Amino acid sequence: MNDILKLTAVELSTKIKAGELTAVDAVEAVFAQIAEKEEDLHCYVTLDKEGALAQAKEVQERIEKGELTGPLAGVPVAIKDNMCTEGMLTTCSSKILGNFIPTYSSEAVLNLQKAGAVVIGKTNMDEFAMGSTTETSAYGATKNPWNTEHVPGGSSGGSAAAVAADECFFALGSDTGGSIRQPASYCGVVGMKPTYGTVSRYGLIAYGSSLDQIGPLAKDVTDCATILEAIASYDEKDSTSQKREDTDFTKALVNDVKGMRIGIPKDYFSEGLDPEVKEKVLAAANLLKEKGAIIEEFDLALVKYAIPTYYTIADAEASSNLERFDGVKYGYRTESAEELHAMYKQTRSEGFGAEVKRRIMLGSFVLSSGYYDAYYLKALKVKALIKKAFDEAFAKYDMILGPVAPTTAPKLGQSLSDPIKMYLGDIYTISVNLAGLPGISVPCGTDAQGLPIGLQLIGDCFAEKKLIQAAYTYEQARGKFGREDA
Amino acid sequence: MANVISDETIEYVGILAKLALSDEEKEQAKKDMADMLDYIDQLGELDTEGVEPMSHIFDTCNVFREDVVTNGDDSENMLKNAPEEKDGMYLVPRTF
Amino acid sequence: MAKQYETVIGLEVHVELATKTKIFCGCSTAFGGAPNTHVCPVCSGMPGSLPVLNKQVLKYAVAVGMAMNCDITRYAKFDRKNYFYPDNPQNYQISQLYLPICRNGYVEIETEAGSKKVGIHEIHMEEDAGKLIHDEWEDCTLVDYNRSGVPLIEIVSEPDMRSAEEVIAYLEKLRMLIQYLGASDCKLQEGSMRADVNLSVREVGQKEFGTRTEMKNLNSFKAIAHAIEGEQARQIDLIEAGKAVVQETRRWDDTKGESYAMRSKEDAQDYRYFPDPDLTPIVVSDEWLAQIKAEEPEFRPEKMQRYKEEFDLPDYDIEILTGTKKMADLFEETTAICNQPKKVSNWLMVQTMQLLKENSMDPEDIRFSPEHLASLIKLVDDKAINSSVAKTVFEKMFAEDIDPEKYVEENGLKTVNDEGALRKTIEDVITANPQSVEDYHNGKEKAIGFLVGQTMKAMHGKADPGMVNKVLKELL
Repeated sequence: MNDILKLTAVELSTKIKAGELTAVDAVEAVFAQIAEKEEDLHCYVTLDKEGALAQAKEVQERIEKGELTGPLAGVPVAIKDNMCTEGMLTTCSSKILGNFIPTYSSEAVLNLQKAGAVVIGKTNMDEFAMGSTTETSAYGATKNPWNTEHVPGGSSGGSAAAVAADECFFALGSDTGGSIRQPASYCGVVGMKPTYGTVSRYGLIAYGSSLDQIGPLAKDVTDCATILEAIASYDEKDSTSQKREDTDFTKALVNDVKGMRIGIPKDYFSEGLDPEVKEKVLAAANLLKEKGAIIEEFDLALVKYAIPTYYTIADAEASSNLERFDGVKYGYRTESAEELHAMYKQTRSEGFGAEVKRRIMLGSFVLSSGYYDAYYLKALKVKALIKKAFDEAFAKYDMILGPVAPTTAPKLGQSLSDPIKMYLGDIYTISVNLAGLPGISVPCGTDAQGLPIGLQLIGDCFAEKKLIQAAYTYEQARGKFGREDA
Repeated sequence: MANVISDETIEYVGILAKLALSDEEKEQAKKDMADMLDYIDQLGELDTEGVEPMSHIFDTCNVFREDVVTNGDDSENMLKNAPEEKDGMYLVPRTF
Repeated sequence: MAKQYETVIGLEVHVELATKTKIFCGCSTAFGGAPNTHVCPVCSGMPGSLPVLNKQVLKYAVAVGMAMNCDITRYAKFDRKNYFYPDNPQNYQISQLYLPICRNGYVEIETEAGSKKVGIHEIHMEEDAGKLIHDEWEDCTLVDYNRSGVPLIEIVSEPDMRSAEEVIAYLEKLRMLIQYLGASDCKLQEGSMRADVNLSVREVGQKEFGTRTEMKNLNSFKAIAHAIEGEQARQIDLIEAGKAVVQETRRWDDTKGESYAMRSKEDAQDYRYFPDPDLTPIVVSDEWLAQIKAEEPEFRPEKMQRYKEEFDLPDYDIEILTGTKKMADLFEETTAICNQPKKVSNWLMVQTMQLLKENSMDPEDIRFSPEHLASLIKLVDDKAINSSVAKTVFEKMFAEDIDPEKYVEENGLKTVNDEGALRKTIEDVITANPQSVEDYHNGKEKAIGFLVGQTMKAMHGKADPGMVNKVLKELL
């Protein structure tokens, strides 16, 4: 059993196709692992063993008939709990959706199912993806598999921890301000946020609609490219979906960075960055240099303005996106109110957690009469400037290299008391979302406590292939990465 | 430049956002909002005169559907999620 | 001397567009489904659902804007209007505030005082709300989202109107233009056209506007006229009493003939509009505009001209026939079948208009088909039925769209052309009415009318009056 768990997704499906293993074996292996680890880690909100076994049987038959030949056929996958899954509880880790069973699946999940992946459950997250630690979940915090006293990061903390703990072979997460890349970094797995519009948002429960993107959390870069290739699609149901013809991402799994121009923003390595993180990320840059990349420091403008811009836009959009949770059509409704507006207020006050309320309040304020121009419109203008700063950078460089987060995973219970300090942790990831760019997080070492550190590569819009090629090359040069105990 | 959020403002935003905050939560919200606004006020340092606000990253435009009926009746499944339902409709406190 | 006041009125008119599907999803807009059966995740505000714009909505909105002389916005966007209410499943309505599709137009209206331009401030696209039904039994409200997401345009006028008469003329003008475009049937009673009235009063000669109120729930021209009169009187009373008019939304109760303020503390009217990130901008190209212009239907002035040239109808007929798209269509289609323009016109102008009025119906409610009207005209032409039978048949046709030929056949209404039978009846009538016969011989021409009537009565109306006259004179 344990041997199965060590396989990557692509390795697993190869063995299944070769008849060495079955999809059912794979599902049983992850559920055995879940039985052992889940109590300590709490990666999942919902698990569906019975459904997964039924899917696995069906998929296995279709593989044997030669109907399913792709590289994810028969592979167990975990889905972040903000993606709708038909007939399966979808909570966003919030009390307000505690009993919501969608009648439809998100497009990304449908794409995976088409590829023969087996959905085993829904992973824990920060409530409505608002947070960086998975501690704002209404269903309890997820623990970091590397050290259970630490957080797994967030908001896709359940997905990252599940991959790191072999409680699945890969997972989907969503990234609005770093929510895939940062937990990937904290949990020592590969995570990628694609260019805005690459993966359909249909069925993804919106936080900041102009920033949200679904992406993979995987054991290595090969899996990551393979998953992204499967979930990327033009979707007529998502008006912001981009028509792309270059989604054959696995073609970019090439061990070569010769002549690639990589820019390192000086501001990403200044004050606030943990020295150990700095050292390991720069060492990774050096490795790429040794492999033939051209590495250069440069000044990326406006770095410090990304966070206030982001929180203005994301919270404004969130305040509107979360209005539909009102106790009328689905989810939680208070029992303590007779009158309509009291029902709304009680339902929402009881149904949302503190961080969600904080963001809804701020978002409502910045859009309110008299403040729209000063806050919201101003932020949209700064967003345009930030986008321009990246355009200028990508005129000179193929990609930007930096850390994912200023530190490794903090201890549980240390982050939520000071929101602004917590938000500052998003400094290296957030502008990627504002500018719609792709970004990938690849493990590049551990700190003295043994906690993983992530390397971030940021590309221009639609330049995922360059990122995948560089990340793959780095991964090959770096060698094996993983927990010693695993 | 420190922002001070009044009780009235918190009350008003609570009405807009449909959140009923306890007194303790209100005090916290006043502080949090003031801190965040102080922080956001940094954007004032940037000259954005003449900059076009960017609501969408890409120039994508004119994404349309044809006027063709594609959806059937799924009311039974959808209403299963309703907190309260009657005669195929969502039941809410009196609005009239 | 008492002060003289002037009433200043602007209108916000919502029109439901005649698309097959909703504005942002593929659900049907058809009326009459069971509750929540024309509903999907998008129009019921399910989490994770996303809107995609129905192209036909944009086409209609642009066409209406062009017909109302608007500037078409070449770069338009949708915005979210945020407010909580159960008929609004997302608790925001997708609408347009910052860059509406049409701006700065006008329509010309005719009143007793002559013609006048009423400015159109803007036209924007938005989604309709669901329906709320009050459940008396449980004292609660029930929500049906079948109408949620039905496409609307909102036509916002400038405050250019000064009387109820102008308001009605303006609404009739909008309705005619939109009906001619086929963009909506514009029925006030059924809610496919809804008008909110913004009204203020000021002293004659005063430059600034007074404080205005907005009146909602006006679902007939009569209600609109009443509400305007009521509200101007209410505002003048307030001003005369030295009190201030409060800017507020008021709901008109037509049965009570009064309005009341709708505002509550929970209703802050701060809609926090911002561009909807789920929808992409709309860019209207020159080619597209040219295409929509080319597809523009024949509007009333051209139609009037053509009717004169092609059918040689009197101006009075043309005026009535072109008054609504439905009448004009009916006229053209029927004439195309029977090639009797004046006769078709007569049926429409006289009998049809009269029955519409008696039943307080709009021309859009007409049910009979052009084929049936043509066949009725043919029955009369062929003398198969006389004109009074024809009227009866028409009434039946108006009510139920029966096939006149079949109906006449089945009910034995055909004119009796058997001269032998007619002669026999007339002889009986002459015998039974010696006084009238004598009167006739004494030169009282009128007496023959009575005898014709008696004969018709005896024949159950099924005789040809011409023939009755002829035979009567002969026998007398």
